[in-house]
Amino acid sequence: MGTDRINPTTQKRFEPVSDQTQSTSQSASSPVSTETGTARVKRGMAEMLKGGVIMDVVTAEQAKIAEDAGAVAVMALERVPADIRAHGGVARMSDPDLIDGIIDAVSIPVMAKARIGHFVEAQVLQSLGVDYIDESEVLTPADYANHVDKWQFTVPFVCGATNLGEALRRITEGAAMIRSKGEAGTGDVSNATTHMRQIRAEINRLRTLPADELYVAAKELQAPYELVREVAELGKLPVVLFTAGGIATPADAAMMMQLGAEGVFVGSGIFKSGDPARRAEAIVKATTFYDDPDVIGKVSRGLGDAMVGLNVEEMPEPHRLAERGW
Amino acid sequence: MTTGPTIGVLALQGDVREHLAILETLGARGAPVRTSEELDGVDGLIIPGGESTTMWRLARSFGLLEPLRKHIHDGLPAYGSCAGMIMLADRLEEAAPGQETIGGLDITVRRNAFGRQVDSFEAELDFPVLGEPPMRAVFIRAPWVEGVGERVEVLARVAGRATGRGVAHAPDSEAVTGRIVAVRAGRLLATSFHPELTADARIHAHFLEIVKEA
Repeated sequence: MGTDRINPTTQKRFEPVSDQTQSTSQSASSPVSTETGTARVKRGMAEMLKGGVIMDVVTAEQAKIAEDAGAVAVMALERVPADIRAHGGVARMSDPDLIDGIIDAVSIPVMAKARIGHFVEAQVLQSLGVDYIDESEVLTPADYANHVDKWQFTVPFVCGATNLGEALRRITEGAAMIRSKGEAGTGDVSNATTHMRQIRAEINRLRTLPADELYVAAKELQAPYELVREVAELGKLPVVLFTAGGIATPADAAMMMQLGAEGVFVGSGIFKSGDPARRAEAIVKATTFYDDPDVIGKVSRGLGDAMVGLNVEEMPEPHRLAERGW
Repeated sequence: MTTGPTIGVLALQGDVREHLAILETLGARGAPVRTSEELDGVDGLIIPGGESTTMWRLARSFGLLEPLRKHIHDGLPAYGSCAGMIMLADRLEEAAPGQETIGGLDITVRRNAFGRQVDSFEAELDFPVLGEPPMRAVFIRAPWVEGVGERVEVLARVAGRATGRGVAHAPDSEAVTGRIVAVRAGRLLATSFHPELTADARIHAHFLEIVKEA
């Protein structure tokens, strides 16, 4: 990190931050005060992923399959959520060798997961050159009180949320992208549906409130007033909102897009299915043509077995990953 | 309602909404384009930022690549930002295996030339065609233009840089004169950066002028 450190107070106000690492300009080219790691650069990266599918991969081989299928990015991790669930134990950041291998294998962006609150795992991932860090409830939390102070990093973060207040708290900590948590590793889309509907409903409610009631709304959401007012005015989060957690079919992906997701994370759903390459490509197509049932139907044919799946309602609550984080 | 031209925004993937929003501020009619029928109805086309390999694969799968090539060959004005610049380039460096483009711009573009996301940056950019003040240009895993054909006009350069795991392939002389980050040839315009992520609508206004002259 060193000189890449960002002053969190200035960045929160979205003012340019000077960065001593850059000033190589000479002669004809634009003289530069170039700045890395600004909010605009971090959030902008997520804007470029919109309408796309980000796929969990555990090997360089899988990363290539994902890239060939049209993924906009891959998420490098040691075990897909379904296996983390099956094998139990503590789930941590991946081996740097594995992440290096995936970075070298593909030309699309590479994301990787760090444990909630594990700022050193995040520092390591930044130094490896990953393009986005997912501070993820899928891994075992490293801190049950605090999330990572994401303003301190040049690399952007995506975080999970089950409702608007949680999303806004993560944005307050510096998250540049939000995803629904859903219930990872189940192939059961019901929780992702609940979270997307919940976030949408709470945003819609803010839009209808008179200005003088936003103060109490902020208190109820346990989120800063400024951010609450911004959401009320914009009618959306100030960062990109993807969906994640239990998406297993093209129709699942399209449904989440129709519910307002701006893109889709697919974890176990692809590489735990019968024909990962075809399913991956089908989910990519269904995400682009999410409002065209003819296309969704066409790409859904002959995909082989979907991942077997676990019914979230039948799972005891302590085993639900979405309960992690707050 | 405006009676001006209709500008399509290729809506296979990427920051489509930002381009549509900036067109709206200029009073132009924007329309998302995902099919060849939708493409037939536009007077100009914007190819947004996003992942160029995803756009290429989707365009190919849904039979849009050839119609796009035909329209641009026949003179449809087009503007590409970042991934859009890659899509309009005749030649690529660091392409994904088999990656094709729409083409039309006689340039060689290097993908991810400025490095990975930790190297993404914003900078003040002199853009003489647009005059003062300089643009606030946002570069995200951005490409640069490594070679231009005779009829391509270079509109802006930025000092080359590479840090961390970033890549710096081009010869050092370019680091002095600056990497090419904006070009125009005839009715085709391209930038490595994302004016749609800022409130500065001058590039889009410039493109609308190109469309009106066409």
